[in-house]
Amino acid sequence: MTAQTEFYLFHLMPYADLDVTQTDKVGSSWVTLPNSNYDPKKGHLLYNRYLDELEMGEALGFDGLCVNEHHSNAYGLMPQPGILAGALSRRTKNVKIALLGRALPLVNNPITIAEEMALLDNITGGRFIAGFVRGIGAEYFSWNANPAMSHERFHEAHDLIVQAWTREGPFAFEGKHFNFNYVNLWPRPYQTPHPPIWIPSQGSTETIEWATHPDRRYTYLQTFSPVDALAKYMKQYRDTAERQGWQATPDKLGWAVPCYVAETDEIAMREARPHAEAFYQKFLRMPPEMLLPPGYLSLKSMQGIMKAKAQMQTGDRSLEAVMESGMFLCGSAKTVRQQILDYQKKIGFGKILTMLQFATLPHDLAVKNMQIYARDVMGEIRKMESAPNMVAAK
Amino acid sequence: MSEVRDFYETIEGCRTHILRGGQGAPLLFLHGANGAGRWMPFMAELAKEFDVIVPEHPGYGKSDTPAWLDNVGDLANFYLSFMKHLGLKDVTIVGTSMGGWIASEIAVRDSARISKLVLVASAGLRVKGTPPGDLFLWNAEQLTRNLFHSQELAEKMLAMPLSDEDRDIGAKNRLMTARLAWSPRLFNPELEKWIHRIELPTLVLWGRNDALIPVVYAERFREAIPGASVKIIENCGHLPHAEKSAEFVAAISDFAK
Repeated sequence: MTAQTEFYLFHLMPYADLDVTQTDKVGSSWVTLPNSNYDPKKGHLLYNRYLDELEMGEALGFDGLCVNEHHSNAYGLMPQPGILAGALSRRTKNVKIALLGRALPLVNNPITIAEEMALLDNITGGRFIAGFVRGIGAEYFSWNANPAMSHERFHEAHDLIVQAWTREGPFAFEGKHFNFNYVNLWPRPYQTPHPPIWIPSQGSTETIEWATHPDRRYTYLQTFSPVDALAKYMKQYRDTAERQGWQATPDKLGWAVPCYVAETDEIAMREARPHAEAFYQKFLRMPPEMLLPPGYLSLKSMQGIMKAKAQMQTGDRSLEAVMESGMFLCGSAKTVRQQILDYQKKIGFGKILTMLQFATLPHDLAVKNMQIYARDVMGEIRKMESAPNMVAAK
Repeated sequence: MSEVRDFYETIEGCRTHILRGGQGAPLLFLHGANGAGRWMPFMAELAKEFDVIVPEHPGYGKSDTPAWLDNVGDLANFYLSFMKHLGLKDVTIVGTSMGGWIASEIAVRDSARISKLVLVASAGLRVKGTPPGDLFLWNAEQLTRNLFHSQELAEKMLAMPLSDEDRDIGAKNRLMTARLAWSPRLFNPELEKWIHRIELPTLVLWGRNDALIPVVYAERFREAIPGASVKIIENCGHLPHAEKSAEFVAAISDFAK
């Protein structure tokens, strides 16, 4: 039986009204870009527009809607993503809502995250998907969290949250960073034993080792990466799972990628170009020191990068270059559909999370993109996937 | 010139790299964020008058990174064991930057083995309204330029080739500095409460043009430690031992001999 691919609509809620020349001046859209560049009147319109776009995802047939957390930047305006997930949970009825994810090492009390997610799971009646991340390097500057303790705080916060979800309270939690006398979560999560946990990552051996552990078997998402990296890490996930004694099915693997579909390849490239280039060149922009503070990567990985003198973020980020590497899907529905099917055949992911609004892309183009994608990419792939089953059933 | 011994001692379970040379009263040099894996000219100068002991802190350079190391207080307790292990008495501790912070924390805990304290461009306290520079956000070139007042010297440093080992140790030192000093950045509010208990003769040395920890911090240390004296070195950045080594050595010699 062919497994059905799951389609998710991912949004970053960028500050689309950003004067991108300001990021040239400051050298970053993160941490140090003054918030005088943010106009609350425009922000008010943007938040409501973006929530409309996500809500539209349910009517268009997506399996799930995704929000995430970033701080002090123009790239993604959801510093407290639970609020956006909460807004969606009452305006939708059937679609899943994924918070991908909360940055666990940043908080001093992970119980707040356990509570927030349990609430969302209760309101939605089990439509909630939890994501756990470490945040990106810049976040450690904005929140003054110690990047050298990022890994250990992540693991301990994770253990605390999962125990809070699954163990009968009250119980004591005795950790190094977190200590509680009475962990006793009200409300408990709706789903048993707890909401599904997904782990978005830019690719790391340590993360894959941890996510594939037989006690966890968490769904792994590769985010905004070249297709070569996608293939490498998804193979690594399957191999590691096998070494740990279990078979990773495609639903354990997801790919998050910005995408623009239009009537023809030529129209798609013309319409997407300024916004896709703004996304990779301006909104994601930050110096390497901000991206990778000490400890964010393991010492070994960091030493490897320094030796290779990797020129992070300084590569060619033209539309052609990000299309070539597979970091941006762009073209007619036929082109994009074929690309997804080819990659899927080669790489074997069962979830695809497309970001159909990015950077400065205006509402009308975002909606057109969503409609064409839903009908002619997602819809067609679903038809193709159910067809052979019907033949087989006869 | 006296011979320099390059050796390891295991103290508190941590294999610790140590350089030691010279004769006289013991002088324990506690390095800053950049480490101290090599015998430098100022050490040779001090070794003419002192028994100079230069460990690399746990977590830095060629020393191990022990599982117990989370904060500067851990290093202070480590160095109390270190002095006991080596049988040191009447020690002059010279600490630069992070090393000054460690020295202050040691002296607050137990000064029985210490005779004098020299704090050089020391971290450890916070002057409200004057945060230190963000050494983690500066790139390698900005960092070097900000550490030296003389840009000619900074350029010389930047032009020096780095071996793979230098680069590895640089990343290791940077990681440990973040672990110890990221937040609160380069200070400990607990030290602020108790630094007044230091009763040792103390010299506070600072470069007038320090761009990482500005010279107003020298005054903060003088206020905090009863009887401390301050010497400001002109035309000098954050690393007086490297940028103005003659004045640095003379100041210590005058104070501690």
